[in-house]
Amino acid sequence: MVALEAETGCPTYGGGEEGVAFDPAPFVRRDAAGRMHLELVVRGAHCGACLSRIERGVRALPGILDARMNLSTRKFAAVWEGTLAPIRITEAIAGLGYGVAPFDAAAIASDAHSENRLLMWCLGVTAFASMNVMLLSVSIWAGLGVDMDVGTRTLFYWLSALIAIPATLYGGIPFFRSALAALRQGRANMDVPISLAVLGALALSIYEASIAGEHAYFEAPVMLLFLLLIGRWLDHNLRDRARAAARNLLAIQSLPAVRLTASGAAEAVAARDIVPGDRLLVMPGDRVVADSEVIDGDSDVDCALVTGESAPVAAAPGSRLHAGVINLSRRLVVRAVARSEDSLVAQLTRLVEAGEQTRSRYVRLADKAARVYVPVVHTLAAMVFAGWLLIDGSVHTAAVNAIAVLIITCPCALGLAVPAVQVVATGRLFRNGTLVKSGDALERIAEVTHVVFDKTGTLTLGRPVLAASSVDPEMLEQAARLARISRHPLSRALAHAAGPGLVAMDARETPGEGIEAQLDGVRMRLGSASFVGAFATVPPYGKEGEALSLFFAREGGAATRFTFDDVMRADVRAVVHALEARGLRVELLSGDREAPARAVAEAAGIASWKAGLLPHEKTAHLAALKAAGARTLMIGDGLNDAPALAQAHASMAPGSAVDATQSASDLVFQGDTLWPVVEAIDVARQSRKLVVENFGFSALYNAVAIPFAALGFVTPLIAAIAMSASSLVVTLNALRLNGGRKAA
Amino acid sequence: MDALAWLIPAALALGGVGLLAFMWSLRSGQYDDLDGAAQRILTDDDDRPA
Repeated sequence: MVALEAETGCPTYGGGEEGVAFDPAPFVRRDAAGRMHLELVVRGAHCGACLSRIERGVRALPGILDARMNLSTRKFAAVWEGTLAPIRITEAIAGLGYGVAPFDAAAIASDAHSENRLLMWCLGVTAFASMNVMLLSVSIWAGLGVDMDVGTRTLFYWLSALIAIPATLYGGIPFFRSALAALRQGRANMDVPISLAVLGALALSIYEASIAGEHAYFEAPVMLLFLLLIGRWLDHNLRDRARAAARNLLAIQSLPAVRLTASGAAEAVAARDIVPGDRLLVMPGDRVVADSEVIDGDSDVDCALVTGESAPVAAAPGSRLHAGVINLSRRLVVRAVARSEDSLVAQLTRLVEAGEQTRSRYVRLADKAARVYVPVVHTLAAMVFAGWLLIDGSVHTAAVNAIAVLIITCPCALGLAVPAVQVVATGRLFRNGTLVKSGDALERIAEVTHVVFDKTGTLTLGRPVLAASSVDPEMLEQAARLARISRHPLSRALAHAAGPGLVAMDARETPGEGIEAQLDGVRMRLGSASFVGAFATVPPYGKEGEALSLFFAREGGAATRFTFDDVMRADVRAVVHALEARGLRVELLSGDREAPARAVAEAAGIASWKAGLLPHEKTAHLAALKAAGARTLMIGDGLNDAPALAQAHASMAPGSAVDATQSASDLVFQGDTLWPVVEAIDVARQSRKLVVENFGFSALYNAVAIPFAALGFVTPLIAAIAMSASSLVVTLNALRLNGGRKAA
Repeated sequence: MDALAWLIPAALALGGVGLLAFMWSLRSGQYDDLDGAAQRILTDDDDRPA
């Protein structure tokens, strides 16, 4: 199974996440026995080695009774007693290089788990029942007319009834419940004919057994339920996985904060408990949890979550900070000016929710088919019943044949094949690093006509990379010693380009300006032109792209300039070409200025592009496309793209995107290439083709089988064979999707 | 036919044992983390389920 943060692999240990510990005290639960419980979301754990490192690391702490990491849901649970400070646990995990966030179990109601458990129980019961009833039924069919007398047969029927009646009534609960709910709203869904067929077959069989008749179908209801429950369980698991991913993201947004009391002491509080006027301490690496104003300290902050731009911004007393901003270099004290739930991020989240509601009106392919299927089958069954009553005059014969029609037509293709196709398709995409967050996302992607890209972080990698041409290796190595102490994005890019190496131990960073250190007795500076120019000669340079430059100099020497680019993903041109070859129109919508947007559009080969768009203008453009009949696949990464992602017919986000954006999109893809977009479209189209084929097959099967059933030629044996054969065929057809994997 | 008198109960009982074993495994949380279980077998830790 999956979590959103699955990086491309598990590079050594830890996913390269910043291990920043927070105090989880507000999320600790105390049980009746005085034991403490804490649940956390751990990011960056992908393999067995990660799992045992995390568990061993926490178990080494005093008083820990149990520490368990769940690799499927990325949740970590610890139980302890005694006086262990909860922050020791997050420190232990963060110290191993994993990202850690609170999971606020109280805030998130979870009924999905019990639903899953019910389906598993039903599956177990019906599996047991079908095996044993089939054992008896096969004996009856084998002995029929040979050496089995009516007494033994009736005994076998009653034994079957003993198993089938409770198993059907229990195993059918998920279907009966859903059918009743649909009928109460005055419509009929797939579960109505299923419930009718199952209950009809059971009632008829009991009647047959009581008159020592021949047409008992005890194996039909249990086997039918067993096969359909498999499909239901697959479908539920798929949705559950999507929900779990979204839940984890929600939990991460409920980060705690450090509040300063009147006496100056620091206490950890949950974000929801912050009120305007609270003084909050924001350490480097921490996220601001509510809109606030700086009252003490100077630092750089990363506003990427809010603006989508990666260049850091200086913060000083009086600066306004939006929730979601990350403090980069120095301690800040801020005063909250809004509650956490009234803050900008929360408002954007609500915008996303509004978009998702419009999307939830999407009608799944299987439901569309059900709308045609249900009335046709019921009319047919009623006609068969009426017809036999007229011809034969016997209610018994009429009922037997009408129920045979219901059993034979029971929608295995719809109930089993569609989830099977979706599970195979999402599994195939997941192996290649793409996470599908909802079952119907693939159906929607198969329908798109337009592909709309965001620029920064989507067509480009969204992080600065040192431009190779301007590098002097010796200068780079010296500058990197200074850069390695800093969290500034450009310093990190510089350090990354230089690789691992020495660190200038006495280096000091001045926020918004640069770093100074002594190397071999010489003072050196790395930073902005004015900072370096204060004690060295800075050569003249163009103002364009100043935000993406660093200067480096020894005292009194001439400065070297390092320039950085936001480089394009390597395969953008090929992807755009491949998309156009598939008959899709490609567009670029950028919030950036016109010149860089044009440069990227030209390099990518995208003819249709717009620059300088605000978030609501992007949504408006998508709405206009929709009104013109287009179905859009939106691909973006910034929080400013989140409303547009939710608005589009389908959406994808790269794994580097901010949490809220990942939760707003249908698919999340990993890695530095854009090819997963093409692959997702291919797989989606292929799976739609398979689903349609399966529908076609069941239509054909029904067209052949219904006349036989209506004319009374179907015996319980034939019904059992036909039912399992059709389920097998549609499932095997779904598995064909895996066959094309190597070619892709 | 006399064989049926004990063969059928025996078959049902065996099936029932299988069903109970499944119920037990479900109840004890063995299906909660399938990915983790696949990985845990590779580590040498003395690992006890929660």
